[in-house]
Amino acid sequence: MKHFSTLFTQLDQTTKTLVKVQALVDFFTEADDEDKIWAIAILSHRRPKRTVKTKELREWAAELANLPNWLFEESYHVVGDLAETIALSLPVAENLEEKSLSYWISSLRELKDKSDEERKEAVVNAWMSMGTTERYIFNKIITGGFRMGVSQKLMTRALAKHTGIEESMLAHRLMGNWSPDSTDYENLILSKDPGEDKSRPYPFYLAYALEDGPEGLGKPEEWIVERKWDGIRGQIIVRGGEIYVWSRGEELVTDKYPEYEPLKEKLPDGTVLDGEILPFKDGSPLPFNLLQTRIGRKNLSKNILQKAPVVFKSYDVLEWKGEDIREKPFKERREILERLVVNTEADALHISEVVHFEKWQQLDKEREDSRQYASEGLMVKRADSTYQSGRKKGDWWKWKVEPLTVDAVMIYAMRGHGRRANLYTDYTFAVWDGEQLVPFTKAYSGLTDKEINEVDRYVKRNTIDRFGPVRSVTPELVFEIAFEGINKSTRHKSGIALRFPRIKRWRKDKPKEEANTLEDLHQLLEVYE
Amino acid sequence: MLLTFTSKGIYCRQADVYIDPWKPVKKALITHGHADHSRWGHKHYLSTKAAAPVIYQRLGDINLEVVDFGEVTQINDVKFSFHPAGHIVGSAQIRVEYKGEVWVVSGDYKLENDGISEPFEPVKCNTFITESTFGLPIYKWAPQKEVFADVNAWWQQNKEAGKVTILTGYALGKAQRIIEHLDEGIGTIYTHGAVENVNEVIRNQGVALKPTVRVTQDIDPKEFKGNIVVGYPFSHWEPLGKEIQAILSWHCFWLDGTEGSSQT
Repeated sequence: MKHFSTLFTQLDQTTKTLVKVQALVDFFTEADDEDKIWAIAILSHRRPKRTVKTKELREWAAELANLPNWLFEESYHVVGDLAETIALSLPVAENLEEKSLSYWISSLRELKDKSDEERKEAVVNAWMSMGTTERYIFNKIITGGFRMGVSQKLMTRALAKHTGIEESMLAHRLMGNWSPDSTDYENLILSKDPGEDKSRPYPFYLAYALEDGPEGLGKPEEWIVERKWDGIRGQIIVRGGEIYVWSRGEELVTDKYPEYEPLKEKLPDGTVLDGEILPFKDGSPLPFNLLQTRIGRKNLSKNILQKAPVVFKSYDVLEWKGEDIREKPFKERREILERLVVNTEADALHISEVVHFEKWQQLDKEREDSRQYASEGLMVKRADSTYQSGRKKGDWWKWKVEPLTVDAVMIYAMRGHGRRANLYTDYTFAVWDGEQLVPFTKAYSGLTDKEINEVDRYVKRNTIDRFGPVRSVTPELVFEIAFEGINKSTRHKSGIALRFPRIKRWRKDKPKEEANTLEDLHQLLEVYE
Repeated sequence: MLLTFTSKGIYCRQADVYIDPWKPVKKALITHGHADHSRWGHKHYLSTKAAAPVIYQRLGDINLEVVDFGEVTQINDVKFSFHPAGHIVGSAQIRVEYKGEVWVVSGDYKLENDGISEPFEPVKCNTFITESTFGLPIYKWAPQKEVFADVNAWWQQNKEAGKVTILTGYALGKAQRIIEHLDEGIGTIYTHGAVENVNEVIRNQGVALKPTVRVTQDIDPKEFKGNIVVGYPFSHWEPLGKEIQAILSWHCFWLDGTEGSSQT
């Protein structure tokens, strides 16, 4: 695992993009094809099926390290990551053995049908032949959630540098339903026509945020504006008489949306649409959290389908009559799409309507009205833009509506993970309900490192009580919480749930008595839900 | 119970004294000069002679009585004595004896000899109250020798790349330990003011430290190239010049616990 652990260490030690790309290129140059494909899989969040439970890992590690459970758990609270805790707690290995990344992965996969005893022996033997970094990687492969500080985009860039194949082509090849079991490096990266896999989606084109309004973009007539829908970005593929639905997280979600099934017959073969999976009923979009209620379910009951039906709000067509048309100007693609939607006559297929305007100023009002349409703002797209891959500046912009805000009091704090495991970075906030503070949301991010340190010190000095990694603190600090939407919730004591809550700023100027009230939140609910 | 935990600190009822109390008390026995052990506002302080200069430097004009290591002070029939803890210069464990029962409060301590502090001496006792900042089994330190071999190799490598090396550690204790183990053959050891202030105090009490040069605005930033600067984690680096700030390598590390450590 030498090459991979060197790569891991190098990525961990730098924040510089160029250094990271070079480390990846070096890895691709040195590693063999089997290790390469597994590294690519891990870096694109594909991992081998789990054959060992975390509970088992904990027990075996504590036993091997000769630690009582409480001491192991204390260590875990401080480290914040199980894989790392185990790597650090185990006794030093006496006989280091160099085995490849793919060797360890296949040895883990072989554990599938083995007895508990055999699995324990295999894992313990593996641990006792590795150094700390290798152990950490090995554990992470088992537990999942392996973050190596490189996005898929960066990995693709390095792979492009290494192979000489164009980045967008590689991005396409890396999409979809492959795993190192179903393919190999040669096939996936070097040779195959990505179109051969019928289910393979195109890389999504993502918009940049427009911070200062659209006036600087040039002539209004060169742009097309739509609303920004608050659903799940998706791609519908109809090829070879089958339908495939992909979410932006590169998850195949066909089964979760039976509403789209009829499109298999209604859309012409060789069609790929880009759009939003949107909860929608009686002529208007529903709140996003209704969609959330059906995302996690294995079985979609009739009740759920009635409560939160979805449509596909389409806004682009990427493949038409079996041909990749991403290079055509958006305006032309949009015309094809409009005809297609009209001719298809399917209840579940909608088009994202164009917002007409002549002068940029007219859009101010349209943007302000976004919440009336249950939308998050406006999308501003260049009429002659091609469909690119990934987040690219210049042609597609999202211009979000100003967030809603409330001032709230911090009442709980929890340790962060990984690098920030020693700092309290995740907070729970409350608003006033009479004399009482009622928790209503968690939020993190949005503070500077300096502020996080300051809050951390406050938490450590003003702890009232501890519950594992969580501390309740003296209510004192007030923060402005920004969010995109507000919904009723039966799961929360406060009766509300926020969409994308985050800390906007620390209101050091506000005493806790002046924070908002639960009534304020319920008023927002009435206006915006 | 000879010693108990109270809201003010570790308390000996029989003698009516506290060890490293965190709130103002009448009489405080101080293990060493670090700010979380030696606090402002007590009426009367007792520490080792070797710990005193730093305590004075930090707390100013206080009522401080000093004793040698091993010297016994009796208060209400309780015998108190200070024994080397190996943590920083003058740092002590405090031994408390009453009617034949012995308790020891470790203070911060380190088993490995760092070459500067009086080496740790185990003290026989019935009850041992230990600090455990790095007590969890996840902390496994490489031996000091290895760590500093790495540090010096890293410095050498930076020198060859034309970079300034910056190392940070607490101004009192870590910084001196770092300096003690740097290889002066590679280059000059510069220090941030906060570190050099402590160095002066320690040199004045007769501890030999390697030669160091205080960083000031007057030094041409070009002179730092290839050399090392020892600072503390919140140092300001303006005197090093803009150009150097841009190329500095960051290497912040811990040195503590019972064996010596490095975390990069």
